Amino acid sequence: MTATAITPELIAQHQLTPDEYGKIVAILGREPSYTELGIFSVMWSEHCSYKSSRLHLKKLPTRSELVVQGPGENAGVVDIGGGYVIAFKIESHNHPSFIEPFQGAATGVGGILRDIFTMGARPIAVMDSLRFGRLDDPRTGPRNRRVLSGVVAGIAHYGNCFGVPTVGGECLFEPCYDGNPLVNVFALGVCRKEDIFYARAAGAGNPVIYVGARTGRDGIHGASMASAEFTEESKQKRPNVQVGDPFMEKLLLEACLEAMRTGAIVGIQDMGAAGLTCSTCEMGSRGEVGIEIELDLVPQRETGMSPYEIMLSESQERMLLVSEKGREDEVFRVFRKWGLESAEIGAVTGDGKLRVRHHGEVVAEIPNRELADEAPLYDRPHGKPLRHAGDAPEFLPASVQEALPALLASSDVCSKRWIWEQYDYQVRTNTIAGPERTDAAIVRIKETGSSVAMSLDGNGRYSYLDPREGAKLAVAECCRNLATVGALPVAATNCLNFGNPERPEIMAQLVEAIEGMADACRFFGTPITGGNVSLYNETLGEGIYPTPVLGIVGLMKTAAPVTIPFKNAGRSVVLLGGLGGCNDTDFGGTEYAKVVVGRLWGLPPALDMDREKRVHDAMRAVLAENLAESAHDLSDGGLAVALAECAFGTAEIGAEIDLDSDLRPEMLCFHEGPSRILVSTAHPHRVAAIAAAHGVDAPALGVTIERGIEIRQRTMTLGSWDISSLKSVYCQALESHVK
Amino acid sequence: MKFGVIVFPGSNCDHDAFYAASQNLGQQAEYIWHDSATLGDVDAVILPGGFSYGDYLRCGAIAKFSPVMNAVRGFAREGGLVLGVCNGFQILVEAGLLPGALIRNRGLKFICRELRLRVGTSRSPFTSAAVKGQALRMPIAHGEGRYFADERTLDELEAEDRVAFRYIDNANGSLRDIAGILSRERNVMGMMPHPERATEPLMGSSDGLVVFRSMLEAAVRA
Amino acid sequence: MKARVFVSLKSTVLDPQGQTVRSALQGLGYAGIAEVRQGKFFDISIAAGVTREQARKDLETIAQEVLANPVIEEYQIEVLD
Repeated sequence: MTATAITPELIAQHQLTPDEYGKIVAILGREPSYTELGIFSVMWSEHCSYKSSRLHLKKLPTRSELVVQGPGENAGVVDIGGGYVIAFKIESHNHPSFIEPFQGAATGVGGILRDIFTMGARPIAVMDSLRFGRLDDPRTGPRNRRVLSGVVAGIAHYGNCFGVPTVGGECLFEPCYDGNPLVNVFALGVCRKEDIFYARAAGAGNPVIYVGARTGRDGIHGASMASAEFTEESKQKRPNVQVGDPFMEKLLLEACLEAMRTGAIVGIQDMGAAGLTCSTCEMGSRGEVGIEIELDLVPQRETGMSPYEIMLSESQERMLLVSEKGREDEVFRVFRKWGLESAEIGAVTGDGKLRVRHHGEVVAEIPNRELADEAPLYDRPHGKPLRHAGDAPEFLPASVQEALPALLASSDVCSKRWIWEQYDYQVRTNTIAGPERTDAAIVRIKETGSSVAMSLDGNGRYSYLDPREGAKLAVAECCRNLATVGALPVAATNCLNFGNPERPEIMAQLVEAIEGMADACRFFGTPITGGNVSLYNETLGEGIYPTPVLGIVGLMKTAAPVTIPFKNAGRSVVLLGGLGGCNDTDFGGTEYAKVVVGRLWGLPPALDMDREKRVHDAMRAVLAENLAESAHDLSDGGLAVALAECAFGTAEIGAEIDLDSDLRPEMLCFHEGPSRILVSTAHPHRVAAIAAAHGVDAPALGVTIERGIEIRQRTMTLGSWDISSLKSVYCQALESHVK
Repeated sequence: MKFGVIVFPGSNCDHDAFYAASQNLGQQAEYIWHDSATLGDVDAVILPGGFSYGDYLRCGAIAKFSPVMNAVRGFAREGGLVLGVCNGFQILVEAGLLPGALIRNRGLKFICRELRLRVGTSRSPFTSAAVKGQALRMPIAHGEGRYFADERTLDELEAEDRVAFRYIDNANGSLRDIAGILSRERNVMGMMPHPERATEPLMGSSDGLVVFRSMLEAAVRA
Repeated sequence: MKARVFVSLKSTVLDPQGQTVRSALQGLGYAGIAEVRQGKFFDISIAAGVTREQARKDLETIAQEVLANPVIEEYQIEVLD
C-alpha cells in the first residue's frame, strides 16, 4: 500500500468529518490507504451518497403499475405499452457550468445521455431547465450573458453532434443565480422492454471491460467539488475541467447498443461522477459481488498517473461493462468496428470486495456494499425555511396597456427562440411539437404508434416564498402542460437545486419541497423514478432560491398536435378553470410583481389540487372530441400574457375579451393562479358541457378576431394592442438582452 | 428502387433518410458502412446529415478519405444518383464532387429553423417532380452551411442552370442565396436543407418528398 | 510590428479534435504520427509608435483575458518585427 500518511488535514481536505473517518476505519478494520481515502471521499460525497437528502427522498412515491424501474439505477424506466419502455432522468451540472460554461454544460448533456443508453435505450429527446443571473444588471450582466451564451452553445454542441433533438425546456433569470447558474438536463430514451440493461455485475470470473475514451487527469474530485460552496480559493484552484467529445459519445452509443444485442453483456454502467470508483463499486454492490481490477490495464491518456488519480478521474465518454466469460471477443469485435478502444481490466469475484491493483500490488481493498450503501446518513436539523419576503408593499399599478408589453419583454416571459434555434430539435424525425409550439414537447415513438409528451418546470420565486407549495405548483404546472396536448401524465423525475444543507433554514426548504412534491406526485399519479440532488449552490454565502425542477412525462396517441396559436377568427375564447381569485398576498410572487413593482412578497398562488386535476381531465376530454383549435395554459404573466402568446402564430389572429370580475385590473390580467387553460373553439357549448360535467368553470371570455388584442373588464377597455408590435417585442427581447 | 444510405462514424440523419425512403416513399433502403469498398446493387446513394468524425478539422474533411468515398466517386462517374444532405453536402464539396465550400453561418451560430426555398431548376433527377420557381418548406439545421465559391464558379453554376435550390429566407448568408447545387453532369446534388425531415405532414411539411419522388422517377426511367 | 498569439488546450485537457485527426492520419497509413494537438493562432498588427515592451505587456493581458480561456487553454506569444 502507498505510504502517504493520513493526517487530520488530509482527511479534512477530502471533506470527510472525523466521525466519517472513524466509520471508514471501522469498515476496513484498519487505517485506509491514500487511494482508499480518495475512494471513500468521492463515494461518500453529497453528490454520490445523498447523505443529507436520502432520508427525505424516501418520502417520494416511486411506484406504479407502469414503473418498471424506479430510483437507484442510471435512469427510471416506464412501460409505454406495445412492448416498449422509456428510460428518462434529469441531472444537474451547475457547478461545472459556472467554472467553464461551454464544457460544463456540454459534459452535463453527455452524462445524462450515457445514463440513458446505459439502460439499453436510444436517447430520443433532451430538454433543459436553465437559471442565470440577470442579463441587464450593470455589474453582473456581462458575465451572466457570457455564461448564458456558453451554456447554450455547449448544450447545442453536444446534443446536435450526438444526434439527439433538444425539444424544449425553460430558462429563467434571478439575481440569486448570479454566481451560481443552474443547468439541469433531462434526457429520454426508448427501447423494447426485454432489452433493458442494468448496472449490475454478476458471475464470479466474468471479465470486467473498460470501453471508450482514455483516462486522463480530468476533473479529479469533481464530485466533491459539486458538494462544496464556491469560495474565492476554489475559483483560483480551477480544477481540471472535463472536455466533452460528443463524437466519441455517438460512437459509444452505437457500439454499446450493438454490443448489447450480442447477448454477451451481463451489466453495464457509465463512468460519470467519481469515474472508475463509482462504476466498479456500484456495479459490484448492486450485484452483491466483488470486483477486482488492475489499473495498469486501464487505457490512459497521460503518463505517470497514480492509482488515486486513475480511480478518481472524471474523464468523459467511458463505460464499464461485465461480459460473459468466453464471449469477450464478441464484445471487443463490436467496439473495434466502431473504432473504440476496449480493454479487459479485471474480473468479477465472489468475495464482495472492490480490490484495486497497481503494478500487481493491491492499493485498495474495500467491501463494496459498505462503500456504496453504508455511506453516512444525516438527519440534518431543519427549522423554518429561509424567507425574507415581507408583506405586500404599497404600489402604484401600471396600466394594463403598458404592463403587457413590459412583461412580454421580460427575459423570463419572452420567446426563447434565440436559445432553442441553436439546438437541432428535429433530428430523428420524431418531434411532433418542438419548442414553443405547444406547452409540452411531443416526441412520437415510431415503433409503437404512440407518443410521449414531456414538460419541465420549476419556480424559484414560488419555492422561496413557500417551498412546499412551490414544489406542488411545479408538479401541477407540468401536469397541466401535458394536459394541454392531451397527454396523461405517468411518471416524473426531479432535480433538487438547493443551498447549503448544513444551514437549518436551507435544510428546511429541502425537506418541505420534497414533502410537497411527494404529496403532489402521489395526487397526480406521477411517481418519481429517479433524479438528482444538487446542494451547496451558494457563492460566498449567498444561496440560490430553492429550485426544485420537475420533469414529467405523459402518454398520448400519435396525432397532429393542437398548438398554442389561435387559428381562425370568429372562434370562442374559453378559459377552462375560470378567472380565479387573487389577493395582495398571493400576487407577490408573480412576474408582474417582479417586473412592474420590482419586488417579491407574500405567498405563491394558492393551489387546489383537486380542482387542478379536474381541469386537466376536462382539457383532455375536450381534445379527445377534437373541440379545441388551440390550447395554452396560464403561467408566468397570467391571462394577458397567455392571450398575447396565442396571438403570435403566423396568422396573427387576435382576440377581444371581456372579463366579468371584481378583481383589480392588474390582478385580473396578470395574477398567476394555477389550474387555468385558454382554448379557442368553434363549439363553445360542447366545451361548456364537458367543463360542467367535470365541475370546472369555463367562462367564454370573447372571440378571436382578424387583428389586434383587446381586453375589457365589464365593457371598460383595459388595453388594446396591435399584434405585430407586441410580437416583435416578445420575439426580439432575449436577443437584445444577450447582445 | 433501392436507396443506399452511407453511414460514417458520426452520421446522425442516417436513420431519418432511411425512414423517409422506406416508410414515406415506400421504396427499399439499406445502410452502407463507411469502410465498405462497394455500394452493392443500390440505384441511388444518400450521404446523410450529421457530424462525420465529429466535424473535427473541417466539416466533411475526414470523411472524404473513407473507403466508401472511392466507391461513391466511381458510382457518380458512371452516372449514378448521389444526394448529399447537410453534412453529406459538406462531404461532397470536400471530396471535390461539387464545387465551392460551406463555411460558418453568417450569425456564427447553429440554426435549426423551418424555412422557404425556391426550386432553381426542374432540369435534374432531383427536382424533376417540381416546377422551377416553386416554393417549398423545409428545415435547416447546421452551423456551417453558408455556401461560398468564387465569382467565376458562381457565374458558371448559374450559367449552367446548376442551382437546384435557393433560399427565400436566407438565414446563413449563403452567396446568391444558394441552398443546393448540381454537378455538371447533374447526377450529384448537395443541399443544406433537410428534405428527409419534410416527408410527412406530422413533421410539419411533406415538401421534401419532391426530391425523393424525382429520384424515384429517374430510377424508374433508367 | 506584428505579433502572433498561439492558443491551445492545456496538455492535461482532452483534445477530441486532435485525437480524431491523429486516428484519421494513422488510418490513412501515416504510421509515424504519434500525437496531434489542435490549436489556433491570431495574427495581430501593432499600431505604429507602440513600444515593444508595451506591446508585449498588452498582448499578455489580451491573451490571458480575451484570446484564451485560462480554465482550459494556454497560450504563447511571439512578437515579430
